[in-house]
Amino acid sequence: MAQHTSVSGHTAEAAHEAEHHPTWQTYVKIGVLLTLITAVEVSAYYIPAWETSRIYVPSMLILSAIKFIMVVAFYMHLKYDAKIFRALFTGPLMLAMITIIGLLFLFGQLSIHLGIT
Amino acid sequence: MLFACLIATYLIYKGRSIIGPFPHETWVNPQTGQTVQGILDIPVTSASTFVLLMSSLSMVLAHNAVVHRRQPKTTTAQRILGSSKLWLFMTALLGVGFLCFQAYEFTAFVHEGLKLSTNLFGSSFFTLTGFHGAHVTAGVLWLLILLAIDMKRGLQPEDAASVDIAALYWHFVDVVWIAIFTLVYLIR
Repeated sequence: MAQHTSVSGHTAEAAHEAEHHPTWQTYVKIGVLLTLITAVEVSAYYIPAWETSRIYVPSMLILSAIKFIMVVAFYMHLKYDAKIFRALFTGPLMLAMITIIGLLFLFGQLSIHLGIT
Repeated sequence: MLFACLIATYLIYKGRSIIGPFPHETWVNPQTGQTVQGILDIPVTSASTFVLLMSSLSMVLAHNAVVHRRQPKTTTAQRILGSSKLWLFMTALLGVGFLCFQAYEFTAFVHEGLKLSTNLFGSSFFTLTGFHGAHVTAGVLWLLILLAIDMKRGLQPEDAASVDIAALYWHFVDVVWIAIFTLVYLIR
């Protein structure tokens, strides 16, 4: 009986997943977009006018962030998940980003630019 | 947090190596007189990045195939898309491909004189990318275990959660690489 309930629970869970996940066409489109963005990033590295410009680093960070968000939202299905799962992902992610920025301010190039050290 | 600290360490030590080889800048070895161009091989790493991104695509297709296992498959396209064995195998294969690119890159660097103890760049670079490679290796082993289960008894929709957890781990490895590729390879 307990086993029957467990299997039913699993089946309901699987049905729920099937309903709330994107289709394979969406996955392929995301894959194509990820490839195109990577191609743009790599091309930018070889275009001297872009690579030496002031917008190079911000544009690379933005393109990378777009790729990151696309993988997390669609492939890791955070876009379709409950708020609690979004919070469980974004919370530690924010903590990790704050750690990187904090360490850069303490020891890295940001502290040199700001004259802290 | 582990990767955040490793990435931060790499960024902190960036440009602080006293001797080469350097990631992007040319360096002349004072002992041999040999000129070493920027050591990072962007075309090779771009190819490995593409391989890892495509492995994420095949992973979601594997999960999709498990979730929709019981749907009738009449066309060849439906049978291909519905084969979790194929997509799990493809994901593991692409993961191994990424590791081969990394092994090639590490070997080339050692031949050009960059080792873990050569300079700050070598230490932080090999630690960061090495830890990432170790995570990819663990992911490949996980995928091969899932593939073995699929071959033995067939993964059913009831197993979707187990496949999903493996997929989440694999995508995590992918998003970490997205950050590493930009911060280490593309930004000088």
